[in-house]
Amino acid sequence: MGFELPKEKYGGRIKEVVIGATKEQGGTRSRSIVAGGSNGLAFHKFESESPNGPVVVMDVVDTVRMVPERLLESMGSALNDPVEWAKKCETEWGADACVLKLQSANPEEEDRPAEELAATTKKVLESVGLPLLVYGCGFEEKDAKVIEAVSNAAKGERLFLGLAEEKAYKSIAAASMANGHGVVAFSNLDINLAKQMNILLLDFGMKPENIIMDPLMAALGMGLDYSYSNIERLRLGALSGDPMLQMPMICDCSCAWDVPEAVEENPEHGEAELRGIHWEMLTAYAAAVAGADMVIMRHPKSVKLFRDAIADISGGV
Amino acid sequence: MPTAMEIYKLLPKTNCGECKLPTCLAFAMQLANQKVSLDACPHVSPEAKAALEESGSPPIKSVSFGSGEFVVEIGDETQLFRHDKTFYHPTVLGLIADDAEGLEGMKAKMDAARAAEFERVGQIMRVNSVALRHSTGNPDEFVEAVKAAAAKDRPVVIMCEDASVAAKAVESCADKRPLLYRATPANLDQMVELAKGRSLPLVLGGASSLDELSQMADKAKKAGLADIVLEPAAGSSAETLENLTAIRRAAVKNRFRPFGYPTMMVLGSSEADRTRAALGVMKYSSVVLMEELPREFLYPLLALRQNIFTDPQVPIQVKAGLYAVGEPDEKSPVLFTTNFSLTYFTVRADIQKSKLPAWLLVVDTEGQSVMTAFAAGKLTPESVAKVIEDEKLKEKNVRGEIIIPGMVSRMSGKLNELTGLKVTVGPRESSGLPKMMKSLSG
Ligand code: B12
Ligand code: SF4
Repeated sequence: MGFELPKEKYGGRIKEVVIGATKEQGGTRSRSIVAGGSNGLAFHKFESESPNGPVVVMDVVDTVRMVPERLLESMGSALNDPVEWAKKCETEWGADACVLKLQSANPEEEDRPAEELAATTKKVLESVGLPLLVYGCGFEEKDAKVIEAVSNAAKGERLFLGLAEEKAYKSIAAASMANGHGVVAFSNLDINLAKQMNILLLDFGMKPENIIMDPLMAALGMGLDYSYSNIERLRLGALSGDPMLQMPMICDCSCAWDVPEAVEENPEHGEAELRGIHWEMLTAYAAAVAGADMVIMRHPKSVKLFRDAIADISGGV
Repeated sequence: MPTAMEIYKLLPKTNCGECKLPTCLAFAMQLANQKVSLDACPHVSPEAKAALEESGSPPIKSVSFGSGEFVVEIGDETQLFRHDKTFYHPTVLGLIADDAEGLEGMKAKMDAARAAEFERVGQIMRVNSVALRHSTGNPDEFVEAVKAAAAKDRPVVIMCEDASVAAKAVESCADKRPLLYRATPANLDQMVELAKGRSLPLVLGGASSLDELSQMADKAKKAGLADIVLEPAAGSSAETLENLTAIRRAAVKNRFRPFGYPTMMVLGSSEADRTRAALGVMKYSSVVLMEELPREFLYPLLALRQNIFTDPQVPIQVKAGLYAVGEPDEKSPVLFTTNFSLTYFTVRADIQKSKLPAWLLVVDTEGQSVMTAFAAGKLTPESVAKVIEDEKLKEKNVRGEIIIPGMVSRMSGKLNELTGLKVTVGPRESSGLPKMMKSLSG
């Protein structure tokens, strides 16, 4: 009789979302990138197609307060300046896009004014051709101002602005719609909340092709199990035909560098930075295997390992 | 278990009543509910019996190897996705010692495997198995190494496709229940004989297609081999994912019996192999053998395995109550945290780093972290006050103070009101505790 591979066909497909705009598209990016588009489970090439592999977005933080010392040493002084950092991502580290995290807006820390951060964003845009995502600092009132200023300063660039949360999405959504940008919709490890977030944004007037969703990636050892299953469920929900779940997913895996076990000195667990590199790589790889369309990563060596892993599982040849 | 109707179809339908039930249908219903045993019907045919046993057995057979404290169990999985219930049996990780490295080299590898053991969130994570591989080395040395490995505690995999050498290796340790690797289309009959004779589990591999692998499994089973492990081709991660997915689906969804066995991957030492090992852990490989496991990779890989095989319904947790860290007395500081294992062990380790004794009060939050429990209303000033009361903290400790996690500073006022204790807000991350505790005592 012969063994037949049991294949699954799904009715749904993840939407394709374009990030960044080239000159022809009304912006100044040297290229735009597409996320999503798959009609099957991640890397299930034998039964589905994924026209766009996972997109690697590299971290650019505008204040290194959050970056472990060791990384500053090994990744170089470029990390002290978001413009230089972004350039490295583009020219040396092989990023598809960057996410500019405007942490210095934090009103309890540096509290830099919105205009200054808009200027930073503009400078980054002038210095690199990569598509850009821009995140605020997580303080609702401040972010409303910051994101609005950033949006105005980058009209037509098709930035993706974040993070839009359930209780504070209107200002970000409005800022996006005003200047042709997209939005990153954040939800907290829960399929219903993720769906709710998308519904809220659509009701507010956003178009589905301008939304990507961040379902919260918990790092390896810090709740990765919850995220892994949540991402799988989101993906299955989208494939089974729920249009409110068919936005591409982005997972921020740079959180691996906040895990004490990943970075602490502990010779029993090997050399710390290399362990951290694997920690971030495995976090991102788990996200991708579960169904993430985009990952945010920080260390160039983790990115390299991740790229190799994706090539191996995408079965290029 | 099959349904009552499926069972009924296989019964004699004579309603003779010897099972003490009025009809065959009544018997079938009782059997489906597992209220009676099939043996109660003297008239059921051997074929029907076999069919019923088959359909009542789990989709993937449980196989064990090794003996004693470190025995491992693999297979017996029922799900394609962990969120549908759980994955039960964590991927067994093994280190390969090749006889090309000579006896001493192999012994060094065995020691390395046994040393690879870590405690994380209260659980032991380890490299579970030692695999001895006969490649270009001396067969006698190989057998010697197998014997030495089996004399220790970790379950052994005997990797040898030459049936006569494998027989000698098996001879030296059959009572330790090694896993035998492997039967290929070329040596299937001899290997099956060898494994069957000793009732050992045997890996089937080297097939050119899944179809061929399924035929090998079918043949081995018909020859009387009970414990089988399947090794599909795994040239790239793409092929690995496809084959392991096909096997799991066929077993679980289609009840395709030749694939109702645990699976296995044998890897080398390259970066790509490490990625493939991680894939195996996530996507259905019951055993992963590797030539090298550098610590920087091993520890995160073990953490990944622990995460993937945690029951999604039950977070790993510790018992609530008052714990001593070091040897605290009635004047030592008191801190509280939640009973989520990750939280408890992180905080405990950070207190230990201060080298100062303390009391750690663990509040039952149903295994949730500080922020999750706080956001979900499971960590409230009231719930903390209640544990303080239940544990008679004020009788055991006269300090009159409690240190709380920085993330829940908002509960200070109310907690003070409820308990009369001085409430001190600690750092947000427990990594700041050593510094804080030193300043308290100094
Ligand atoms: C995994 C996770 C979950 C898992 C549960 C995991 C678990 N068993 O607890 C699930 C998916 C179930 C979950 C659910 C929810 N979660 Co949740 N979750 C997380 C996540 C990703 C990790 C939490 C974790 O394990 N942390 C690790 C442990 C070790 O941290 P910890 O317990 O806080 O301990 C640290 C400190 O508090 C401190 N500490 C601890 N004890 C002590 C003691 C002393 C004395 C001191 C000084 C310090 C100290 O040190 C520790 C180490 O740094 C976080 C986000 C993140 N990345 O942190 C969100 C997070 C905690 N969750 C959050 C929320 C809102 C929720 C939900 C309410 C969402 C929802 N609406 O459904 C639900 C609630 C669940 C419910 N309804 O029952 C929010 C909390 C927001 C807030 N500020 O209040 C967070 C921060 C995510 C976010 N950014 O929005 N979550
Ligand atoms: S003993 Fe068997 S044949 Fe007789 S009634 Fe019971 S089930 Fe039917």
